[in-house]
Amino acid sequence: MDIVYTIWLRSVRLYLRSKSRIIGSLGMPLFLMLVLGFGLDAVVQIPGMEEGYMDFLIPGIVAMSVLFTSIFSGIQIIWDKRFGFLKATLVAPVSRLEIMIGQTLGGATAAVIQGLILMVLALLIGLHPISITGFLIAIGFMALIGVTFTALGIAIASRMEDMHGFQLIMNFIIFLIFGLSGALFPIDGVPDYIRPLTLADPLTYGVEGIRYGLSGTAQIHPLTCLVVLAASAALMIVVGAYLFRKIES
Amino acid sequence: MSHSNTSGRADPPPAIEVRNLTKAFGDLVAVDKISFSIASGEIFGLLGPNGAGKTTTISMLATIQRPTSGTATINGYDIVGQEDDVRRSIGIVFQEQSLDEELTAYENMDFHGRLYRISGEERRRRIDELLTLVGLSDRKNSLVKTYSGGMRRRLEIARGLLHEPKILFLDEPTLGLDPQTRNHLWEYIARLNEEKGITIILTTHYMEEADRLCDRVAIIDRGTIVVLDTAENLKNSIGGDIVTITSPDPDAIAGLLTAPWISAIEQHDGSVTIHLQEADRHIPGIVTAIHQSGIGITSLSVRKPTLEDVFLHYTGRTIRDEGADSKESMRMAHRARRR
Repeated sequence: MDIVYTIWLRSVRLYLRSKSRIIGSLGMPLFLMLVLGFGLDAVVQIPGMEEGYMDFLIPGIVAMSVLFTSIFSGIQIIWDKRFGFLKATLVAPVSRLEIMIGQTLGGATAAVIQGLILMVLALLIGLHPISITGFLIAIGFMALIGVTFTALGIAIASRMEDMHGFQLIMNFIIFLIFGLSGALFPIDGVPDYIRPLTLADPLTYGVEGIRYGLSGTAQIHPLTCLVVLAASAALMIVVGAYLFRKIES
Repeated sequence: MSHSNTSGRADPPPAIEVRNLTKAFGDLVAVDKISFSIASGEIFGLLGPNGAGKTTTISMLATIQRPTSGTATINGYDIVGQEDDVRRSIGIVFQEQSLDEELTAYENMDFHGRLYRISGEERRRRIDELLTLVGLSDRKNSLVKTYSGGMRRRLEIARGLLHEPKILFLDEPTLGLDPQTRNHLWEYIARLNEEKGITIILTTHYMEEADRLCDRVAIIDRGTIVVLDTAENLKNSIGGDIVTITSPDPDAIAGLLTAPWISAIEQHDGSVTIHLQEADRHIPGIVTAIHQSGIGITSLSVRKPTLEDVFLHYTGRTIRDEGADSKESMRMAHRARRR
């Protein structure tokens, strides 16, 4: 546990130290919130939801922010690999599983902090949280999203030699995950041929879980969300740990 | 950790024992059945050009790469099967920098100490002690990215010592450092070995480094150990003094000189290298003989042999032939860009 804590501590420390990254990554989510939220609030009515589109959108954007931060945190180990730091860590008498878990929890923590900052800002824009419990439920789902996608980032980074493939990952993986999830639209309205993809996307359950916490209404039962997302997190940790073990240092 | 030479018992077990260690990457055999043994408390040098297999050897001994065949023990532990015991026994300073630049020196040390499960109080004490030892205590709270190359190197050495290893691996410890910093580092490494009795194995392609620091030197080339002895013995082994003559017609000179006091004649790119005893006495004779044959002499020099000559003698090439210079400058340029 000491080792996991050590890796976690470094990861969180590095995140908190990178002020420009924290502030920079707030830009796009805030922009989407303002433009889409205010732009569509008057014209879009989500079936089964009394509040406007803004309340529907905010949980989705928060989930997006958590997704981005966690994948980036996972991919960070490419830098550790390039700059030799990983080598020094791997030559210590510690297991790779401990390193991987520490890195995953560190990335998830950073992602949750990032999501929280955004949620607080959203309060100013027009988020009306229903209860403290709901808020905590949302944080719980954010943590699960964080673990799932940091582990995914580590899995990807373990197979990548340098940053050349980065653009590819940005476009295909991150936007696919984000776009297919119900972050921007209600999943009930999705055409039949896309629906299976949306339901196969772990982020969908994260978004719905956060939405349940913040607004009290969701299209997927929150317990289903919890079970599916927790299972995804566990699966991603297994895959990530497996690939991380195979890194040649 | 003490030199046990005084104990009166038989030789202590070797710090490192290597038997037929081999590493192949596909068809390329990077390290080819090397064997050697390093005594406890020794400074041992692996000298050779880039690509000779030095780093691969170190990587195998440090459990970073698995050998293709052969065995080795470090501090009595097998490098295959007892990895964690080996890892606890060694400290390592990599050729490439391996610090976290976004952390302070203290935080880098602290991270390392925690990885080796050194408890809090002890960890703080040792970090302070080591940072003082390498002269970085007044900068311990600065981010490493603000450090110079020499400071980073010293920090890496301090980090390598934090868990009190029995054996310290230094892979090209002074690569890319200025001569002054290099000198400091050499003094520092020698003192460490003397005061703490730490066994040190270092790789280098700097002749002077091997000569000044190492008790014994193994010359490694194309994955095999060509020769292994003390620097002094190696230099004596190639026979007395060295006279180098450059001339428009080196072949003629090589054919001309056949006196019994010449122990060897070698030719390299337009120059003739003559190994002989008591060069001072024989030079007039050599010059006269060449002159009488009507061959021109561009220049002539006499000197004591260096490890460079030893390398040349045993491999037939100079250590720089492999393009060590260009590779090194490329790496340095790469490092500079990163900052």
